[in-house]
Amino acid sequence: MHDKVDVLIIGSGASGAAVAWSLADTRMRILCLEQGDWVKPTDYPSNGRDWEARLFSDFAINPNRRARPTDYPINDANSPIKVVNFNGVGGSTIMYTAHFPRLHPSDFKVRTLDGVADDWPVDYTTLEPFFAENDRMMGVSGLAGDPAYPPKQPPMPPLPLGKSGTRFGKAMNQLGWHWWPSDTTIATTDYEGRARCINLGHCTPGCAQGAKASTDITYWPHAIRAGVELRTMCRVREITVDEHGMASGVIYYDAEGNEQFQPAEVVILACNGVGTPRLMLNSVSAKFPNGIANSSGLVGKNLMFHPYALSYGYVDEPLDGNHGPPLCLWSQEFYETDQERDFVRGYTFQFGRGVGAIMEAIISSNAGRLPWGEDHHKVYRKLLNHRIGLAAICEDLPEEHNRVTLDPVLKDSSGIPAPKLDYTIGTNSAKMMAHGIARAKEVLVAAGASNICVESPILNGGWHLLGTARMGTDPDRSVVNEWGRCHDVKNLFIVDGSIWVTSGGVNPTSTIQALALYIADSIKQRLANLFD
Amino acid sequence: MPNDSLTAEQTRDLRALAGSIIPPSATYGVPGADDEKIFNDILNSLERDRDDICRALAQLATLAGGAFADLEPARRTEVAAMFRETGAAPLAALVRVVLLCYYRDDRVMRSLGQEPRPPFPKGHVVEQGDWSLLESVRKRPRLYRAVE
Repeated sequence: MHDKVDVLIIGSGASGAAVAWSLADTRMRILCLEQGDWVKPTDYPSNGRDWEARLFSDFAINPNRRARPTDYPINDANSPIKVVNFNGVGGSTIMYTAHFPRLHPSDFKVRTLDGVADDWPVDYTTLEPFFAENDRMMGVSGLAGDPAYPPKQPPMPPLPLGKSGTRFGKAMNQLGWHWWPSDTTIATTDYEGRARCINLGHCTPGCAQGAKASTDITYWPHAIRAGVELRTMCRVREITVDEHGMASGVIYYDAEGNEQFQPAEVVILACNGVGTPRLMLNSVSAKFPNGIANSSGLVGKNLMFHPYALSYGYVDEPLDGNHGPPLCLWSQEFYETDQERDFVRGYTFQFGRGVGAIMEAIISSNAGRLPWGEDHHKVYRKLLNHRIGLAAICEDLPEEHNRVTLDPVLKDSSGIPAPKLDYTIGTNSAKMMAHGIARAKEVLVAAGASNICVESPILNGGWHLLGTARMGTDPDRSVVNEWGRCHDVKNLFIVDGSIWVTSGGVNPTSTIQALALYIADSIKQRLANLFD
Repeated sequence: MPNDSLTAEQTRDLRALAGSIIPPSATYGVPGADDEKIFNDILNSLERDRDDICRALAQLATLAGGAFADLEPARRTEVAAMFRETGAAPLAALVRVVLLCYYRDDRVMRSLGQEPRPPFPKGHVVEQGDWSLLESVRKRPRLYRAVE
């Protein structure tokens, strides 16, 4: 048995890294267990000629396809959207597009404003200093003055518009619709040891030059220097409880597959909206026969993705292709509720720069655009680098039937039951997606595109895993309280996307990390009476 | 050609199909996907798709009534067209492997005006674009809802 630690964090991704760094200044003994390993920059695909091909093998975004020893399988057969994640130091920040919008003030008040779902027990104003702190730590590029947000000041200038962004800007101005350079965590100047982006363009499966902020190169070096221990290749099976119903530690399998027990005073879960409920449901005891901290029955329920409705077309001049970070603009024109529409809440448009040679060939082949035989070459030359596209990232409302449970058969390589998803796209989301597709077609036409195509929902589009252990003040209707502590287990905290009450319509990493910093700060403020 | 997982007949059929999907082009000065170097790359890249590709080749042999590679060119084109309509997921996997090997070949990339190199360390140049386009957006009133 290992020595007892003060704080045990499970997962080293977006939220686990942030909470570890923030708590480090308490001088408590802090340990993080990560089921994956460090990823060396030299291992990233953009170092080699097979850089695009590896999106279909060891750097596939879908863990079932990637199937590394450090991945766990997910039964997603009953979901039209498949989970996207990465397991390693940095978690899914290794494999994200670095698009970094915040939730909006209205996102925390959806019941009050729109009569749906529930209000959050925290608000934008409370999180604002943590957003700013996180922007500094991750290193955000962007442009102040966006009328879609309260004032904020990104520490670095925005990514270049390029040919694609300029074309989109003109189209949006023609339509009179909002657009703005995205906040991203891609360094546009030298920043805290990271070199400015040189436009490798293949950002999603890891940045070989380190311009993209994944937490292995942002929070973790600081946290480790401050004394936090990060133990890799450790897959946690269950959280144990003592005779008082408090978390006593975890059982995990080490790199050699040996079972280990790690005792702890405080346990913090940071395993994402699928991994966290999976671990909680696997943590069964006499005190918690339905999974730890699950007296509400809500652990695993209310799974929210952001359904993505992608529209794209082709223009008559070559654009940027994949020669630059893939996302550089957003539009919040349709973000807030409009009573004239047949749905509540809204969506963000995120604009794509283009795709690489292989992706163009595969997507166009699957869509039946790219012929076999003599004409293949002629048609392909009209497609490559001529693509222009945008996706509506739609707010998904919480619905209890959308859920994560344990698969009765499927297990990971350690024999731990795997998660099973049951998910359908709700009526409100479906109407929102249809609206987004119609507006996107107008944008594409205004941008001079033809041959317009739609992929809705994006099949491998389950990047954002939210809502499966929601926050709230009522223990019957939520799993954690307003500062991330489980109602049922007063030394068990959750800091990842599981605790989201609603999803908003933006990429969640910025808000996940701001919440993690806020929860860490709440813990520090209450150290003397943390378990009261 | 080195390959322990496909039979000789499967290998011949796969090569013939690859050449049907992407034939060589004198117009563009590019090889077909059945070019020896590219096809070797295909054979060495089956990995996660190996089972699907074997299923696809079995289906192809059924449609061809025997070895696809032995068909006359006109009949081969007919069978390939039928296969494209009916091949489903196994065929999609096969085509994906063909494409991801073809579109990284140096000769093909050069013909497309692409540098045959990995993105790192050289990177690319992206123009800044026209930032004056944002002026009209800056003048808009705020879009976000007040909640207080």
